[in-house]
Amino acid sequence: MKDASPAKPYALHLGVIALLFGLSFVLPEYHHGLLARIMVLAVFAMGYNLLFGYVGLLSLGHAMFFSAGLYGAGLAVIHLGWSVPAAFAAGLACGALLALVIGLLALRTSGVAFMIVTMMFAQVFYLLILYFAAWTGGDQGLVVPQPMRVLVLGSTSFDLTNATVRYMSALALFSIVLLISLAIVRSGYGRVLVAIRENEERTKMLGFDTFSSKLAAVVISGSICAASGAAYALLFGYVGSSFASVQYSILPLLWVLLGGAATTLGPLIGTLFMYYVIDIASGYTSAYLLIVGIALILLVLFFPRGILGSIRQRWLGWLP
Amino acid sequence: MMPLLTTKGLSRSFGGLRAVDGVDFALMPGEIRAIIGPNGAGKTTFVSLVSGRIEPSSGMIVFDGADITSLPAYARVRLGIAYTFQITSVFANLSAYDNVALPVQRTLTDGRSKGAVHTGVMAALERTGLADRAQMPAGQLSYGHQRLLEVAMGLALKPRLLILDEPTQGLADSEIDNFIELVREIADSATVLLIEHNMPVVMQLADRITVFNAGRILAEGTPEQIRANAAVQDAYLGTTHG
Repeated sequence: MKDASPAKPYALHLGVIALLFGLSFVLPEYHHGLLARIMVLAVFAMGYNLLFGYVGLLSLGHAMFFSAGLYGAGLAVIHLGWSVPAAFAAGLACGALLALVIGLLALRTSGVAFMIVTMMFAQVFYLLILYFAAWTGGDQGLVVPQPMRVLVLGSTSFDLTNATVRYMSALALFSIVLLISLAIVRSGYGRVLVAIRENEERTKMLGFDTFSSKLAAVVISGSICAASGAAYALLFGYVGSSFASVQYSILPLLWVLLGGAATTLGPLIGTLFMYYVIDIASGYTSAYLLIVGIALILLVLFFPRGILGSIRQRWLGWLP
Repeated sequence: MMPLLTTKGLSRSFGGLRAVDGVDFALMPGEIRAIIGPNGAGKTTFVSLVSGRIEPSSGMIVFDGADITSLPAYARVRLGIAYTFQITSVFANLSAYDNVALPVQRTLTDGRSKGAVHTGVMAALERTGLADRAQMPAGQLSYGHQRLLEVAMGLALKPRLLILDEPTQGLADSEIDNFIELVREIADSATVLLIEHNMPVVMQLADRITVFNAGRILAEGTPEQIRANAAVQDAYLGTTHG
């Protein structure tokens, strides 16, 4: 956001991507699979962060955008036999369209009402999935058959069930979304989004149509979350209604808060942290949620702005 | 010459209170107009109606020949009506640079060019003497500097009508002198509508003065005429400033 040289942030982000690429060759199998999943879900968190961190709109309904992508892609493969790229595009389009409609309606409210309205729509979406169980598999969900999960590019085909292909696909999606969000945040549009978060009334009086800016942010955020959902269906092969439940609206909020709201890398850090705390704690005790809870309380006490948010505040002011 | 801004029968009630009551007002291009009046006279409500921050109960606002009564605030800003707030409302967590970059990027036709934004921002900051504080968070600037930043943001909009709501409130005397110079400079390229309590500032700056009382225009004229007006002295000058 500052007019500092762009070199440092870009170097840092490319460095993170390179590190994730390198990790693919050294990680043991279990962590390799976990990290692929984390990268896909970090995309979900990045989409959430754009709206929550930068525009300051707290949605409690983002599970519907994730699952719009999940079901959009999954059902296109299962029922229509679409190819992987077409199914991914279908998932993305479902999320974008849903975000446009929800945005038009929900943005008439703000603050607590916005939270409630988005949560309500997400619940409707969740119940619709259960209601149309004949197509969606209801609460059992559906498994995307393995032979369908093959990405054909020209004469080569990639089996998305292969661990390395899956990891690299997740990394590719993660990298693209990370660089897109970095570009958005550093652009004039990103500056307007932050201005709306800080003082919407004042932003209007500078001649900005804040409703359109917010609507665009909802659509971009929803599309990114849908991309994450579509990738999840295609890479991990499971399409389930639990991803549409309210828990999956709260998780991205938690990941973003942990990693640092309004930081580009915070969503990755938060998702990574949360997954590994659960993973490590559950290795010692069945009461691992207790340890997760204590970790969260300690974080809020000592890093109220999230991990990266606090680092930026104390040491690295240039972090985007 | 056609007025830049006219209002006809402009009214706004809050509950039973007629804060602005049937105001007919005209402002010529290029003038510096001061609005004075006792507290609660409806001055801020009046300029808020003009800028579109609040909607009128009745009446009409014409800017540059076009009826803008039903336009939203942001669209009026795009037509060239800029409003600087009475209570300082810069974006405290953004740098001074980013505060000014917002209006600059909006007015540029090629808002994507970072170089053009930078040039525009630094020009506005230099004009208000804030260039060396560009990277400071606006909330950490002194109060006087925040007021100047507010003006820089208004300037960056390249307004045709700049509305300043009590701009000298809270400024030190030395800062006020600079401020008067700045407003004179602005008036070369824009029409200025100024709400001000500081009478020496009003007398030095204004081409004409409009006096509000109880939601209506009590008097209007040159500073000399207003100074000599008995009704104004009763309502305002005599009691509060002498």
